[in-house]
Amino acid sequence: MSLLEIKNAKLKLDDKDILKGLSLSVNSGEVHAIMGPNGSGKSTLSYMLAGRDGYDLESGEVFLEGQSLSDMEADERARSGLFLAFQYPVELPGVGGMSFLREAVNTRRKFLGEEELDHLAFVKEARKVASKMFVKDEMLKRAVNVGFSGGEKKRFEILQMAMLKPKVSILDETDSGLDVDALKIVSDGVNAQRNDENAIVVITHYQRLLDYIVPDFVHILSDGNIIKSGGPELALEVEKNGYAGLINAA
Amino acid sequence: MVATQETIDKVKEVSSTYKYGFVTDLEAEKAPLGLSEDIVKFISHKKKEPKWLLEWRLKAYKKWLSMEAPNWAMVDFPKINFQDIYYYSAPKTKPKLNSLDEVDPELLRTYEKLGIPIKEQEVLAGVAVDYVFDSVSVATTFREKLAKEGIIFCPISEAVQSHPELVKKYIGSVIPISDNYYAALNSAVFTDGSFVYIPKGVKCPMELSTYFRINEQNSGQFERTLIIAEDNTYVSYLEGCTAPQRDENQLHAAVVELVAMNNAEIKYSTVQNWYPGDKDGKGGIYNFVTKRGNCLGKKSKISWTQVETGSAITWKYPSCVLKGDDSVGEFYSVAVANNAQQADTGTKMIHIGKNTKSTIISKGISAGKAQNTYRGQVQIQKNAKGSRNFTQCDSLLIGDKCGAHTVPYINQFTPHARVEHEATTSKISEDQLFYCLQRGLDTEQATSLIVNGFCKEVMKELPMEFAVEAQKLIGISLEGSVG
Repeated sequence: MSLLEIKNAKLKLDDKDILKGLSLSVNSGEVHAIMGPNGSGKSTLSYMLAGRDGYDLESGEVFLEGQSLSDMEADERARSGLFLAFQYPVELPGVGGMSFLREAVNTRRKFLGEEELDHLAFVKEARKVASKMFVKDEMLKRAVNVGFSGGEKKRFEILQMAMLKPKVSILDETDSGLDVDALKIVSDGVNAQRNDENAIVVITHYQRLLDYIVPDFVHILSDGNIIKSGGPELALEVEKNGYAGLINAA
Repeated sequence: MVATQETIDKVKEVSSTYKYGFVTDLEAEKAPLGLSEDIVKFISHKKKEPKWLLEWRLKAYKKWLSMEAPNWAMVDFPKINFQDIYYYSAPKTKPKLNSLDEVDPELLRTYEKLGIPIKEQEVLAGVAVDYVFDSVSVATTFREKLAKEGIIFCPISEAVQSHPELVKKYIGSVIPISDNYYAALNSAVFTDGSFVYIPKGVKCPMELSTYFRINEQNSGQFERTLIIAEDNTYVSYLEGCTAPQRDENQLHAAVVELVAMNNAEIKYSTVQNWYPGDKDGKGGIYNFVTKRGNCLGKKSKISWTQVETGSAITWKYPSCVLKGDDSVGEFYSVAVANNAQQADTGTKMIHIGKNTKSTIISKGISAGKAQNTYRGQVQIQKNAKGSRNFTQCDSLLIGDKCGAHTVPYINQFTPHARVEHEATTSKISEDQLFYCLQRGLDTEQATSLIVNGFCKEVMKELPMEFAVEAQKLIGISLEGSVG
């Protein structure tokens, strides 16, 4: 079954058409990459999916596991299993990383009808997952994203993803601001979570991330629509000819 | 720590309405309505007080008659009719208690509803608690254990009988009867409160705690607390407050005096959750409180921590007078004002001795139509060479109809001192909210988390059990303020 289904999505921001009838179907077990130049609507797409205020669809519909998202607020979508790894993770001064994670995880568990984890069980689990992501305990004691380096912020995003076990994850420009070593750590973290039950949508400007997170499908987003879809080789084509070549051909 | 867990769970259960709004059906013995010299005499007589105390009260009453209510605070309320208040109300079954088994079961149930089962706390939490119900102290737990250390922890009315020399020496020594309008009123009509005496060299082995509850209609609560810490001592004291939900405003005018001798440390924490009134500002407690500590001795330290979420109006400035050389004063405050609440609160740090230090961390949170003012005075007197103050006032605004105000007064009479003041005002950003929502937290969880993060520097000063409760309280008092 398709985990995420976008049907003819149209969206305006400040009276300007940003998404112009975009459709996409993502099945469980798949990794899709959406590539596009600046201003093609990549971030708008991720905010629209996550249900940010002001990013409501003008027409069209989105389904998560067959359930329409149109009447669901951002938090309900998240609890239902939609995760967005932010391009620019937000600082929460004074809010400890561990307590933030625990609140989020237990909220999701409660939603799923699972037992909430007590403090000890949670810390144990979080440490286990964190160590795989080379996230130190010390980082979890700090306030969320405050004073984190670019790499630390992205690792913390993927750690949250690993803890929340979403059905569909959208990674918005996860490679931005990362050096090669950090990119590898983050990608390993993402790859470790690939399985037959979930799906990942990678939104990126550059092809290099796709060397590490190898997608099953690549889509080219331009001017609010997907103009071309293909396999991983399409990303290489972008790398070789730039977006201009593809857009002109389409 | 079963009791603590239970307390936490109970607080968790609380819905958006004021949880403590129930009324206990107890027969109460009241003084006639209103205030006069006779009422002052009535109270003193009821308490079987010595003559000196009655005279002291009458002097305060006369002084009060000649004073005007202060009007400089940024709070707005109709004039109080002081003749429309009961100044003495005691549960009729007020017993001489030998053990908690003798406490009126109805009263015990009230405290259980409040989430503080006396028995369990006594046995399990290791907190010694004094319960003040309207005007009288109902039960003081753990006294025997404390007595072994030579610590006196009892209702002040009892201390007047058992340790008159101590009470006489220190009452009014920090806050004289003429200090201000409400302090004068309190001195005339105070009914009960806690008394703590820590003898030389003793570190109090447990947290001392008082729970205040206003139950009777139209009754005022005028408690008086006095804490004396002799040389080389330490004591940590907590107070919590609630009141039933009523349409009329009720007056709470307390006085708290602290005295710290050489190398003594007093840590005083408050979680104030008096009924704040309804959304439109009907009802609620007027919390007009005078709190001050004298750091008399060298290297003495007084630390005030307050979390103020309740009351229709808060008018309160816990202060430190730093007389002893090298003495330290601290003020950590979180003041939450939602809906129609008004808070004008802050501190005074009066540096008199050499090398005295003070720290002020104030976090004000305003939501709804609320007005929240920090008002503080830092005074460095001529001989206070080498003294330092650091002040940080942060305000957080939720919504666009509330207000935050910062009014710092700094008077420095010697160049050999350093005073720093920092202030910020911020809002919960849309980005922060969205980030939390995207992790599955609802708007209220998110607000509570962000606000508690904002208050963290203050919350970490609270004793552990209180901190958890205070965090929940802050979340509850802000429910419905976002979105």
